[in-house]
Amino acid sequence: MSVVTSTTAGADTAAVRQAIATTARPPRPGRLATALTFGWRGMLKVKHVPEQLLDVTVTPVMFLLLFTYLFGGAIAGSTSAYLDYTLPGLLVMSVLFTTVYSGVALNTDLTKGVVDRFRSLPIWRPAPLLGSLLGDSVRYVIAGTVIIVVGVALGYRPDAGPAGAVAALGLVVVFSFGLSWVFCVLGLLLRSPNAVMNAGFMGIFPLTFLSNVFVDPATLPGPLEAFVRVNPVSILATASRSLMDGEPDVPAILISLAVAAALAAVFLPITTRLYRSR
Amino acid sequence: MTTHAPLAIEATALEKSFGDTHAVAGVDLAVPEGAIYGVLGPNGAGKTTVIRMLATLIPPDAGTARVLGRDIRTEGDAVRGLVSLTGQLASVDEELTGRENLILLGRLLGLSRAASRTRADELLEAFGIAEAAARLVKHYSGGMRRRLDIAASIVVTPRLMFLDEPTTGLDPRSRNQVWEIARALQAGGTTILLCTQYLEEADQLADGIAVIDRGRVIAEGTPGQLKASVGTGGLHVRLLESERRPEVAGILERAVGTVVLAADPAALSVSCADPALAAEGVSAVARAGIGIAEFALAQPSLDEVFLALTGHLAEERDPTLEEQAS
Repeated sequence: MSVVTSTTAGADTAAVRQAIATTARPPRPGRLATALTFGWRGMLKVKHVPEQLLDVTVTPVMFLLLFTYLFGGAIAGSTSAYLDYTLPGLLVMSVLFTTVYSGVALNTDLTKGVVDRFRSLPIWRPAPLLGSLLGDSVRYVIAGTVIIVVGVALGYRPDAGPAGAVAALGLVVVFSFGLSWVFCVLGLLLRSPNAVMNAGFMGIFPLTFLSNVFVDPATLPGPLEAFVRVNPVSILATASRSLMDGEPDVPAILISLAVAAALAAVFLPITTRLYRSR
Repeated sequence: MTTHAPLAIEATALEKSFGDTHAVAGVDLAVPEGAIYGVLGPNGAGKTTVIRMLATLIPPDAGTARVLGRDIRTEGDAVRGLVSLTGQLASVDEELTGRENLILLGRLLGLSRAASRTRADELLEAFGIAEAAARLVKHYSGGMRRRLDIAASIVVTPRLMFLDEPTTGLDPRSRNQVWEIARALQAGGTTILLCTQYLEEADQLADGIAVIDRGRVIAEGTPGQLKASVGTGGLHVRLLESERRPEVAGILERAVGTVVLAADPAALSVSCADPALAAEGVSAVARAGIGIAEFALAQPSLDEVFLALTGHLAEERDPTLEEQAS
């Protein structure tokens, strides 16, 4: 009689032993390197599912076309005059819509258990959050660029030229970086990615429409006008418009940056605490 | 188990509640380094919560624990540098490819870009998932997914690995592969805390077992000790012709001891711990010219152990007491 050792396809035990034996623990990576690695992870997701960019850019492009050609003449006298008024605001809208997806992505990670893998690693603890927001910033830039490019194709010309457009886009992205912590908190508190999406848009939709993105607040009834004037989305749209026009509205720019800083100051600590204790 | 071996896990009176549910109500554990140690219990017994505390994912409400000499409360970062998690405890990213997952973890653990790629390819090859390396993990089969889970946990070989329900839902072939990997890890010097509800799995792999029920350790020991604590085991005989059972019962009663008639009309058991005596009994039956279909000298199964310890079977559990781990 002979002894037969059973073999199975799949894992190769000898190779597994070899693989286990070959690693020495490398020195820990720095904080920035860790955060950038998580940013790279965000980029890979965009690479695998480019449609997710479509989701967030199609709606603003649709609004751009709809408002310009349907209401443009009625609101501003001509479609080109209206495009001039509304494009910087639509830039704000398209990027702000994208921030909701930061919360959705975080919630998806939680429901799939990936977050526990990251939390079990010997890494700088805020790195996964910071890194995915860094990655998301790239999405914000893409969403904003799409709107500007479509606007230019329709005849929009910023007075301050490309530099003005880049400055406006930069401001909007910085603001979004502050705002996205709000949606991260929603992402950590709510049960499903869908719930985060619904709650997020329930907040961002009225805020965007009750602003000066589409209409001049002077045409609105008193109390509504008062709200629209203090709405941070209006102030950001004003700042973005002023940068595009080459006449920077310094107070509006500073208020926008201050609001972004305040949102981050309040919601970033809440986010990291929730993330740690979940 | 000797108490002289250095301990990989030393937990004292760990407690954790979620609302009104005492998920863990005072758990002590002592796991020697280099062992595969099974934590056995039904769903909702508190196994996952114990592991989540030991891996520093959640803080305990009360009690202390040291993992490889580091305190889980005050030296969490050091603990995380020595352990890794698998399975439901810590998943891989379904929206990345298998290779990207391994590179990501390599980078996060401090490997250079080139080293993390080399390491990823080496692991993909060793675990038999090289051909699926560029596929998104959400399209993986259950067995491939489980192997990637384990590969992701040994990108840098941990000194302690929490292996959570590693074979739940796997076909027997994939299950055997996972067991082989666990044994290979142990041979490489990694201590494994194996969390399972399968008694056979603990029996196959574990050097020591703690049985957990309702948030407490209700029994502890080697698989053999646990079985011995329930009974002596016995000789099980199955006959070719069931009508000769009374005759065989008489022979075994005289040769060995007290006979128990099984539900199967052709089978009977006799309580017996001595192999020589059991062999004597089998020979006596054979000499009487009675055909034996099969016989075995077996220890009680861990299922019987569980029933004896808890008064209920591992699978019989009130579903409303499901674990609230998150």
